[in-house]
Amino acid sequence: MSDATILDVRDLRVRFRTLDGTVEAVKGINIHVGAGETVAVVGESGSGKSQTMMAAMRLLASNGEASGTVDYRGRNLLELGKSDLNKVRGSKISMIFQEPMTSLDPLYTIGNQLVEPIRRHRGLGAAEARREALRLLRLVRIPDPERRMKSYPYEMSGGQRQRVMIAMALANDPDILIADEPTTALDVTIQGEILTLLAELQQKLGMAIVFITHDLGIVRRFADRVYVMRSGEVVEQGETEALFSAPKHDYTRMLLAAEPTGSKDPPPSNAPVLLEGRNVEVTFRIGGGFLAGEPMLLRAVDRISIRLKRRQTIGIVGESGSGKSTLGRALLRLLPSDGVIRFDDKDISHADRQAMRPLRRELQLVFQDPFGSLSPRMTVGQVVTEGLLVHEPELSGRQRDQRAVEALREVGIDPNARNRYPHEFSGGQRQRIAIARAMILKPKVVVLDEPTSALDRSVQKQIVDLLRQLQAEHDLSYLFISHDLSVVRAMADYIIVMRQGKIVEEGPTEAIFDHPQDAYTQILMAAAIDSTRIRASA
Amino acid sequence: MTEVAAAAPAAIVGRSLWGDAWARLKANRAAMVSLCYLILMAIVCIAGPWFVPHNYTTIYSDYVRTPPSFSAYPKAEMVQGALDDVLKRMRVDLKDWKLEDSRALVTVTATRPIDERYLRYIDRSDTFDDAKVEAKSADGLEMTFSAAVRQQYFFFGTDNVGRDLLSRTLMAGRISLSIGLLAGVVAVVIGVLYGSTAGFLGGKVDEVMMRVVDVLYSLPFIFFVIMLVVFFGRNFVLMFLAVGAVLWLDMARIVRGQALSIRRQEYVQAAEALGIGARGILSRHVIPNLLGPVVIYMTLLVPQVIILESFLSFLGLGVQEPMTSWGVLISTGAKNIGTANWLLLFPAFFLVSTLFALNFVGDGLRDALDPKDR
Repeated sequence: MSDATILDVRDLRVRFRTLDGTVEAVKGINIHVGAGETVAVVGESGSGKSQTMMAAMRLLASNGEASGTVDYRGRNLLELGKSDLNKVRGSKISMIFQEPMTSLDPLYTIGNQLVEPIRRHRGLGAAEARREALRLLRLVRIPDPERRMKSYPYEMSGGQRQRVMIAMALANDPDILIADEPTTALDVTIQGEILTLLAELQQKLGMAIVFITHDLGIVRRFADRVYVMRSGEVVEQGETEALFSAPKHDYTRMLLAAEPTGSKDPPPSNAPVLLEGRNVEVTFRIGGGFLAGEPMLLRAVDRISIRLKRRQTIGIVGESGSGKSTLGRALLRLLPSDGVIRFDDKDISHADRQAMRPLRRELQLVFQDPFGSLSPRMTVGQVVTEGLLVHEPELSGRQRDQRAVEALREVGIDPNARNRYPHEFSGGQRQRIAIARAMILKPKVVVLDEPTSALDRSVQKQIVDLLRQLQAEHDLSYLFISHDLSVVRAMADYIIVMRQGKIVEEGPTEAIFDHPQDAYTQILMAAAIDSTRIRASA
Repeated sequence: MTEVAAAAPAAIVGRSLWGDAWARLKANRAAMVSLCYLILMAIVCIAGPWFVPHNYTTIYSDYVRTPPSFSAYPKAEMVQGALDDVLKRMRVDLKDWKLEDSRALVTVTATRPIDERYLRYIDRSDTFDDAKVEAKSADGLEMTFSAAVRQQYFFFGTDNVGRDLLSRTLMAGRISLSIGLLAGVVAVVIGVLYGSTAGFLGGKVDEVMMRVVDVLYSLPFIFFVIMLVVFFGRNFVLMFLAVGAVLWLDMARIVRGQALSIRRQEYVQAAEALGIGARGILSRHVIPNLLGPVVIYMTLLVPQVIILESFLSFLGLGVQEPMTSWGVLISTGAKNIGTANWLLLFPAFFLVSTLFALNFVGDGLRDALDPKDR
């Protein structure tokens, strides 16, 4: 590891002109990156960590402007001309982004997308560029690279796509690789593989990595040095070990303590079973129809049985595509399914829309994405009271308003803001609003579909506390669907591990976490809880 | 965030997405100027005909194809011509005439005694008014009379039969704008209801509903209009209900696509989980959220309708004389472009500037409502 500083950001300020005046997203920060070093920039959403790097790469949105200096090997990137800038950007400094699906063009093959920039930047011939592309795919350990050159992005998994993105970023042998939340959209087991790959590549190629993330667990295992950012300022910086063992700033300490804690006691054994599913099966038909031949059948949920007791929280764990969300929806009869579903000792497996309507108030659902689950054209008050229109139509407008005030207060939102619109709230506040919408109907069972996944750690903890408190006050039963094991551990008293539509393992939380029996569960636990440092394995 | 204010439920009013869009639109100068221009145009076209000195149907046979001018008609040399015309009709000969103040003093002779009632011919003329006998010879063969010369203003000139183009252009504006609006609203209402229902219900219902749209698409438009004319006769309002009823097809497709994507949004699923019925979801969630593209498409639809109307009128299927529209005026103007270019220039300017303004407003709305631009 050399000490030579290759990227030096001094007094960088980023401003955005908006309708409400100028917003300062980054307020004069200093960051330096040495050759071959791994630097992590950590912060919660809105802290300006991504905007810092976007500004350094001159990729700000059109209403943003940056001032200060970004010094790359003696040249100020903020003042370079367009052509000089492009010589640095993309070849000497390259970036990978969070969402590997949208960063690849769906209309071109992987090979095309790799070969084109190589030919452009390095002026190689077609055959030579192809060889180079193959070498890169091997470098990022894509199995069977010759075949993969011909496949389209949609044919690959998220992890593989991220590997392709890394290969593209490495095509021109960069000095610095900026990775903006590269593993956030991936499952835990894949996250580990990508991080290991990055560590290996760094050792092999000797580049510096700037790692932007909100996940402190990854930082600790991966970075040499850490900058902690909060609302546009660097509040603390230092060597990883020093910072983690003795954080100086309150904010850093708060971030470190933000892991959800505690556990839930199981309900008394004589608690009545509220929601029960027996051999629930959900099959999706893909394609098919008139002239299109036989449809392909995809069994998303495969004969799963589940018993949810009063005041119980069952955690459903699994990777993306394991069918956990589908199961949650099938149990609420929002999707057609086979098998028997009973609620409150009534068989609802064949209840139609009409018959389900009175039961809807008892069976509620909270979604993952607090941005997508609130209609952008309704005020918060309207959103929260919408269910009352159906279930308590006799209420007057004023009574509904009163209920909205109570419900918002219960989830910790200032009720004076009920005439505001969802986009005026932060992610955590929106999730509270979504919870209020479910709670105003006084449900008995709530299916929580990844309610904390889109939120910052510290906000996650608040939401977990809120959910717990509501459960205690209203005797609720939760079905908690998540891929985040630390949150599940804090919330659930019983865990079901799912994979490819089947239950792999189930049991009380402690048993699953301490003595996982199934091989898959063991891998999952290891990936989630491992805190050993990621290093090149060979 | 967590502090709870006292029970007072005095709520803060937030800024809706529409409010946001309005603020962005206000910042767009081209769109705002265009919007003001459109409003001005509408006011002028609606109120204008009452303030213009001429009725749009009045024919001034003395002023056929008079070029536009800010000064009053008749010009001195035109009085002579008009006088000759009238006297020929009175079957008398002109002996002498002169202009005093704004009255013409005319002496005429004839071979037979002149009947005073012949002066009516003078009054009937567009140029003269208020004829009075000043003197008459004893044998009645010579008469001197005076008549006021009527001062007429034709700012836009007159058309082939001598009608004031200014009042006709404004009248045509009324028709064209109201047709645009009427057919636009009809198309939007049908299109939004149909498209959102198809998109929201999805599946087989969607298939059937969209195939119906395809069938209607394949009907030749002119054929459809002629059929309507045959059944219902020439009725102006009906005509443009028909135009609207054809143009909703595009709107239905656009809206259906939007509704399909909105249906997959989590807030719609959340509403389903709350037990909200299909109608509630459609009216509270789907339609409000697809109004953005609808508003944009509507501003592009109005010019389309105006042009379509002029095409129909050109074929003789649209508005009928003496009623007129910009399209009609332009098509007659185009025929006279060599001899009377003002007949084309003024209506064309009105139509083109209105269409420009509508397109600018449409553009501005698209920028203002597009959430990706944020």
